[in-house]
Amino acid sequence: MSATTVHGHAAHAEHEHHDLGFIRTYVFSTDHKMIAKQFLFLGLFMLIIGGALALVVRWQLAWPETPVPGLSLILTETGGIIEPPHYNMAFTMHATIMIFFVVMPILVGSFGNFLIPLQIGARDMAFPTLNMLSFWTTFSAGLIILAGFFVPGGHAAAGWTSYAPLSSVTAYTGVNWGQNLWCISLFIMGVGSMMGSINYITTIINMRAPGMSLFRMPLALWSLFITAILLLLALPVLTSAAAMLLFDRTLGTNWFNPSQGGEPLLWQHLFWYFGHPEVYILILPAMGIASEVLPVFCRKPIFGYHAMAFSMIGIAFLSWVVYGHHMFVSGMNPTLGLTFTITTMIIAVPSAIKTFNWLGTLWGGRITFPPPMLFALGFVSMFVIGGLSGIFMASTPVDIYIQDTYFIVAHIHYVVFGGSIMGAFAAIYFWFPKMFGRLTNNALGHVHFWLTIVAFNVTFFPMHIIGVGGQMRRIYNPLQYEFLQHQQHWNVIMTVGAIVLGFSQIIFAVNFLWSLFKGAKAPTNPWNANTLEWSAPSPPPHLNWGPKIPTVYRGPYEYSAPESKDDFLPQWQPATTGAPAGRH
Amino acid sequence: MTAILEAPPAALPVVRRPDGGLPPPPRPTGGDDGDDRDPEPRRPLLDNARLATIFLIAAETMLFAGLISGFLVLRFAAAVWPPPLQPRLPIAVTGVNTLVLLASSVAVAAAVRALSRGPASRVITRLKVAAALGATFLVVQGYEWARLIGFGLTASSGAYGGTFYTLIGAHALHVVGALAWLTIALVFVQSGRFRPERSGGLRACALYWHFVVGLWPILYVAVYLL
Repeated sequence: MSATTVHGHAAHAEHEHHDLGFIRTYVFSTDHKMIAKQFLFLGLFMLIIGGALALVVRWQLAWPETPVPGLSLILTETGGIIEPPHYNMAFTMHATIMIFFVVMPILVGSFGNFLIPLQIGARDMAFPTLNMLSFWTTFSAGLIILAGFFVPGGHAAAGWTSYAPLSSVTAYTGVNWGQNLWCISLFIMGVGSMMGSINYITTIINMRAPGMSLFRMPLALWSLFITAILLLLALPVLTSAAAMLLFDRTLGTNWFNPSQGGEPLLWQHLFWYFGHPEVYILILPAMGIASEVLPVFCRKPIFGYHAMAFSMIGIAFLSWVVYGHHMFVSGMNPTLGLTFTITTMIIAVPSAIKTFNWLGTLWGGRITFPPPMLFALGFVSMFVIGGLSGIFMASTPVDIYIQDTYFIVAHIHYVVFGGSIMGAFAAIYFWFPKMFGRLTNNALGHVHFWLTIVAFNVTFFPMHIIGVGGQMRRIYNPLQYEFLQHQQHWNVIMTVGAIVLGFSQIIFAVNFLWSLFKGAKAPTNPWNANTLEWSAPSPPPHLNWGPKIPTVYRGPYEYSAPESKDDFLPQWQPATTGAPAGRH
Repeated sequence: MTAILEAPPAALPVVRRPDGGLPPPPRPTGGDDGDDRDPEPRRPLLDNARLATIFLIAAETMLFAGLISGFLVLRFAAAVWPPPLQPRLPIAVTGVNTLVLLASSVAVAAAVRALSRGPASRVITRLKVAAALGATFLVVQGYEWARLIGFGLTASSGAYGGTFYTLIGAHALHVVGALAWLTIALVFVQSGRFRPERSGGLRACALYWHFVVGLWPILYVAVYLL
């Protein structure tokens, strides 16, 4: 980029900021990068709350009915001892917050917003105002979900899956407005996410820079594109179910009330019809992020670009026909169960293609290990464990044995923490220089990674063991059961791991905040990467580029290309040698 | 590796790009390294507003798919439907009302057709007719609801009342929303904001209107006739 362009830029950016004022620049901003930061801060704030709830659950499982340090300030009447209603509320809201208000805002909301215009070479989203509305709708949903902690009767306590009739009849859990607010919050979150996904899809289809064909898009964009389509089609089903549940609870309808002609199983069908695409919504962006980070730090093209894109499309299609594997014990026809077993095993194939392609990318690469690469490798390795335990549960006979045990808890955490959250950390470390214009601290990043990955495995791996040993998920006190007492030491070890895991995130917070204000100024392209966002200044000004948006000349993974004198050949750089770029 | 899946572009004579003067290049083929030329700007097939509306309709379809499939599950699990001792739904009035709503869709389509030919006043008249028909539908529905509640059919009247009010209410809310959008579009047309060549917003609104209207016969058959 020429010096004049950069100058034109800065002047332009200053002009914009001068015009807009504080509120329009930082609060009700329509700039996709500011909205991305807002989603990121929302997600990280909610991560603290969701993490604290997890520690409450873990404490109760390791040392049941003993006072939790510090909790006596909140639970004054019990002196910090967690009682069964608190416990139910804690695990319900831990999952709800982590899934809907941490992983989705960070991976889809933040990195979707940040990367889509920058990586396709657009100045902003197709609908910037809708984008702003999408954030503030999600933010309102977040406020409503937090308000649930303060209403009489406590917050929702029927599990994040909120199976009817446990969730639809107030008397069963004693929760009144908590569950109602849960429904309202997810309803509003669904509307916000619909606005976002419509915007993402339209932007990716219509706003790509000249030369950015679909198969020149970075895989992160492919993943966000497919995620947006899944969100668009899956969340409305949850919205309809949440409305039914809310009407059952408040207006006296009988959708899930069998005594009046309702059907409790209907909730499970609607919920999991949404719920299974949802888990791919959580993991696909992390897959895309790993596919961006690995080639950069291997200095190699991604292995099997087309196979990667098509396997994501395959995962998206198959995710609609596997949901029944959540319901093997619901009394479904065994033939139908067999069908879901087979479809679920088939969905492992595109996932495995992706994993082998990541390994193929690593093979023979000149690998360096800065924090984003460490977290991307953490993602790949932990996702393999989570993916393989998923295949166990796809098999009906095995699933009937381990259904609703800690084995499933281990599986979901290997996929959502080991997968999605590791991917989110990789993304934060990788794009922090572009997002905030400053570099993060390398040493702190390493310490954060190693503490996280070790503590993560100490926390979650033993769950496989106690799960097969029979410990049910969501039980209040494992010591009540004689057959679980011999494995209580695992619960203690896992809780110690969880505490270390939780507190090692302080290192991340310190690194994040310190780098935000005091980090070294980031150059335009600190990682020598190829994709378009690295052609914009760090941080990119309003409208991202100067007078001219970049033109795309090639695919995104031309690392160590022989025709280039550097070991990378950016997408925006015209071929200047006159030699055909045909190294195949 | 990508070469296996997609053949590299055929070897073209590579010319050092002079300063202009080259014929317009072919569309980029995508995939891998292209040849040495500037790709042409993208020409979207459909404007942003209409594209986004299509995706909005896709999401709404899933919402109603959830509601309608829920209804069908309860409907076909019931031994007797409608349940005994419950008021019957007004099939005839609603049938006529269905025609009213369908007519509004015809008026919207006529308004969109009038965009490219004929004076703007014709567009405005047709949109007004459509909005009036839509409002009539809502008023008749509201009146029938009031009567049904008077007869004792409430949201808590078993699966019958609950599903009826949820499904029909969800559709009524969508008609209200579509009517608001149509009114805004009407104001924009009156202020001259939609010229024939820049009418994506109005066309998107028309698309959504057709969706909301097209949904109704499905609901009518499922809820009133089945």
